[in-house]
Amino acid sequence: MLLEGPHYFWTGRTVDMFLSRKLIVFIALSIGGANYAWAQEADGTRLADGCTSCHGLAGEGGSAIPAIAGKAPEDFIAQMTAFRDQSAPATIMNRLARGYSDAEIAALADYFSTLEAK
Amino acid sequence: MRAITRRSFIAGATAGLAAPALTGAAWGASPAKVVIIGGGFGGTSLARYLKRHSPALSVTLIERDRQFVTSPSSNGVLGGLWDMSAITFGYDGVRAAGVEVIHDTASAIDPVAKSVTLGSGDTLSYDFLAVSPGIQFVWDAIEGYDAAAAEIMPHAWQAGPQTSLLRAQLKAMEDGGLVVIGVPAPPFRCPPGPYERASLIANYLSQEKPKSKVMILDASESFSKQALFSEAWETLYPGMIEWVPGSNSGVVMSVDPSTMTVSTSFDDFQPAVANIIPPQRAGQIAIETGLDAGQGFCSIDPATFESQVHKGIYVLGDATIAGAMPKSGFSANSQAKACGAAILASIAGTAFAPSKLTNVCYSLANAEYGFSIADVYGVVDGAIKGTYEDNRITPLKASAEAHAQEAEYTHSWYETITAEMFG
Repeated sequence: MLLEGPHYFWTGRTVDMFLSRKLIVFIALSIGGANYAWAQEADGTRLADGCTSCHGLAGEGGSAIPAIAGKAPEDFIAQMTAFRDQSAPATIMNRLARGYSDAEIAALADYFSTLEAK
Repeated sequence: MRAITRRSFIAGATAGLAAPALTGAAWGASPAKVVIIGGGFGGTSLARYLKRHSPALSVTLIERDRQFVTSPSSNGVLGGLWDMSAITFGYDGVRAAGVEVIHDTASAIDPVAKSVTLGSGDTLSYDFLAVSPGIQFVWDAIEGYDAAAAEIMPHAWQAGPQTSLLRAQLKAMEDGGLVVIGVPAPPFRCPPGPYERASLIANYLSQEKPKSKVMILDASESFSKQALFSEAWETLYPGMIEWVPGSNSGVVMSVDPSTMTVSTSFDDFQPAVANIIPPQRAGQIAIETGLDAGQGFCSIDPATFESQVHKGIYVLGDATIAGAMPKSGFSANSQAKACGAAILASIAGTAFAPSKLTNVCYSLANAEYGFSIADVYGVVDGAIKGTYEDNRITPLKASAEAHAQEAEYTHSWYETITAEMFG
């Protein structure tokens, strides 16, 4: 587990930044094999950028597209999982949900649960 | 210099991911300066993303036009579903968000001095530059089709006056006329766009000029969402739309605007309205800066969208070669968010990891009949790849209710994404 223990904050000031990024990729690949090591640590804030183009920056929904802000994480996870395994009716989300792992869906659920329901 | 152990290095990297520091610490006291060329879906989305996540950042957006007309939804104007005003946006909301908006052209980029020269002659220095210039047309790739010809045979593939011109021609056309849509070989902006256009023009003609025809002269052998469009055309506009593939003399070889002639290898047509969509390449500033490396479109790092040619310059949207992502406004918006996160990580000196990218392209066959292609992408082996290969489009034989719902989603998405950019 990479995130155990104190989180040293590395500012990058001491290492050329382009080189450092390559080093990190190299280290990650060394640890994680073919996958990026950090894929296990899904970043809900970043992943949410894929949702907000339709569901709104605050998850507030639109004139027809539903709001997703403020949902309980277990509800969000249940809904996304149902879309993904095609057990819930949908037009778009039953396709898109297949793009996200359990860990990513959980991270998204956490992120949107922190936003205020509109 | 503090020694960096392997352990603290990794821990620091992941901590940076968990809580991206947006303080500009690595830049010292003065905030980093980001300059963005092009106020369309890519550039405007990036400007807003950066100010949302890092309000102290200096963000300057260079955009030639005072109003932006979206190409998404512009086919609805051609079909008479809504007016130009519905797809036209100003930059007041962008300014109110703290972005400096300069209405000028970018005439030159100096990647070494890190500066941009404007049409006015002024020079802007930058720490980070993003180039999102959209497309330009390759004039004379079709013999006789140049900027002057486009005033008679509009492309309407950059929304704006060209959209109004094509709409006026359709309105002026007599019943029984032929509308030709010429489609180039890929890659071009908005792969399903020509076929949505044919649909919405047919929708207008079927109501107002029902003896008219639409002929699509296509350089390709197949097209985006082909089965869905074919199904919609048979249902809604039987016999009105004819699609001619490249192998059946569909490639537009030359035009003569003086006689309104559109020629393929075997046939000459004299349509009442000729909508000729020419081949495309990245916007001129990207070409002049060499960002396309002679390819016409720009290679980028698939995670950060940093140019493969010039470090410190990022390229977004239709100007890029973005793997499995199509050239669409939605793609450009998604790319802008990834690029924005990468720029902020670079400023903060934290590690950056690729996330997922998305694209949904909606198409309308009429006002109540929508369908879509929907994708989630990841960065795999250094390229942007779809996370699934099957069932990417709306299923065939979907119910009228499902198509009506997708039409509502089309509008809902459009309102939301334009509010994100211009609201």
